[in-house]
Amino acid sequence: MAALLETRGLTKYFGGLYAINGVDLTIDAGEIRCLIGPNGAGKSTLFKLIIGTYQPTGGTVLFGGADLTLLKPYQRVNQGLSIKFQVPGIFLDLLVDQNLRIALQQKSGPHEIDEEVDRLLDFLDLAQSRDMQAGNLSHGQQQWLEIGMAIALKPRLLLLDEPTAGMSPEETFKTGELVKRLNAEGMTVIVIEHDMTFVRQIAKKVTVLHFGKVFDEGSLEDIINSDDVARIYLGKD
Amino acid sequence: MRRTGLLALFDGPQTAWNGMSFRLCFVLAVLALATVPLYAEFFVVNNLAYFLLWTFMALGLSLIWGYAGILSFGQTAFFGLAGYGYGVVSINLGDAHGLTWVAFLAALVLPALLAALIGYFMFYGGIRDVFVGIVTLSITLVFETFMAQTAGPEWHIGSARLNGFNGMSGMPALTVPWFGGEDVMLDGNTFFWFVLALLVVVYLALRWLVNSRFGNVLVAIRENPDRAEMLGYNVRRYQTIAFVIGGTLAGVSGILYTTWGSYITPSSMGLTSAALPIIWVAAGGRKDITATMVATVFLIWVSQTLAVKGAQYALVLMGVLLLLVVLLAPEGLVLATVRGIRRVVLRVTGRRVATTAMAKRTEGS
Repeated sequence: MAALLETRGLTKYFGGLYAINGVDLTIDAGEIRCLIGPNGAGKSTLFKLIIGTYQPTGGTVLFGGADLTLLKPYQRVNQGLSIKFQVPGIFLDLLVDQNLRIALQQKSGPHEIDEEVDRLLDFLDLAQSRDMQAGNLSHGQQQWLEIGMAIALKPRLLLLDEPTAGMSPEETFKTGELVKRLNAEGMTVIVIEHDMTFVRQIAKKVTVLHFGKVFDEGSLEDIINSDDVARIYLGKD
Repeated sequence: MRRTGLLALFDGPQTAWNGMSFRLCFVLAVLALATVPLYAEFFVVNNLAYFLLWTFMALGLSLIWGYAGILSFGQTAFFGLAGYGYGVVSINLGDAHGLTWVAFLAALVLPALLAALIGYFMFYGGIRDVFVGIVTLSITLVFETFMAQTAGPEWHIGSARLNGFNGMSGMPALTVPWFGGEDVMLDGNTFFWFVLALLVVVYLALRWLVNSRFGNVLVAIRENPDRAEMLGYNVRRYQTIAFVIGGTLAGVSGILYTTWGSYITPSSMGLTSAALPIIWVAAGGRKDITATMVATVFLIWVSQTLAVKGAQYALVLMGVLLLLVVLLAPEGLVLATVRGIRRVVLRVTGRRVATTAMAKRTEGS
């Protein structure tokens, strides 16, 4: 399978600290990859380097073979990247319907939008909340709405930063099924996640970040059974 | 929220009032205004034209502040630039053969270019929030200070004297070449009708714009610029375009003001003048162009009426009004009033309205 996303020697230096230090990451088309690692390992920073919020100190980001490193975030999004932030970033004062429309109008013609809104609302299980202000949704629903806006762009690569933070176990499970369905439809997904139940539910391959470097990478079983990974997570020597 | 038909282009989530009953009210209001010159005296019509000509600046500010979330404190810079621009060009070209329209267009291009320049450096330079207000206020104050010191005879452009603090005067009114070689001057009733027609066109164009794809993006930027960027929108470009439209509309007011009184002074770019549009727009309800337009006309009428008893009373009232609105009705007076009336009506006829709404919903699905 061809690599969809590749980072080569990606480095981000914040006055005195290498938040990301020479990361080589290869994501194949069609994967669900989980990024795990202790707090401060650089996971969110890596996402911000991939989407373009941060400019790297060194290294490159390749997407479908093209170099994205000098592009602005909106240009990267137009190339087929899409992100759900760690903190829900929806339009709180607008209706759920309008939130989706603003995202959908990027890729769908004016005549398709009505249909697409219905389809997404069904997919996200938010049809009841269509005419609600997005700020009045529950925390979990806000996360789903943001995922909905991210996938409305029909991205080739979806970045999810802690999509289940603050969710109940049922909501978390539902989110996992949602991600698997998207992946089955052909979307490549990278997920940052702490909840190992969720990681088990969706991932086949896991990358462990530690101190800004790739600490380990492998199949879900290998990572779960690795003593080294347990050591950095639990702080054992 | 399904949209069909041509009229539906002017409706949408970004305007508070939509649909047939609003259209009817709108047409009636325009007709009522348009027929005023048929029975009222010159003084009334002339004043009414004065009230209306300010709304262009207010509508522009509503677009950039209420819709795009950019608080500009310096719309008067564009107002003044356009006013002076019209004066300089029209005094030099004269008013024969409809040449005043050349002055009109030139005076529109000037604020548009200035807004594009300022907007480009601000938004592409990453200036946000309150700093936009500071930069734009500084610009209008610099303009005022500069124009105020152009008193000497050496300050002239062609045959147009700038005249320092006293301001520039003597520019011709807009003229339309008419059949038989005679030019028709737009003053009195014709000027009023011209302003009204222009306002209707601009208002409808803005209704269409804010409910279009473009308007959706502006609102998205107001709500959350980072998310808007992550949806693939070039936020800086949209902000700049909105800023140019707002600046150009302030320019329209500037030109109309200058032709109305045949003068423009530096104080029209001063601190007091710069604050007034903010008050009109905030008090009316900045997130809706209709509310902004209605409130602007109303507040200028109130100011004008009070000013007869001394200009300071009007300013004090405007200040108090701004405080009250910010504290009590942050969404604006017009929206708050309409919601209040609706609440009372609902309480009185509660059951009936609720059942009809329910029936409508079932029908729709």
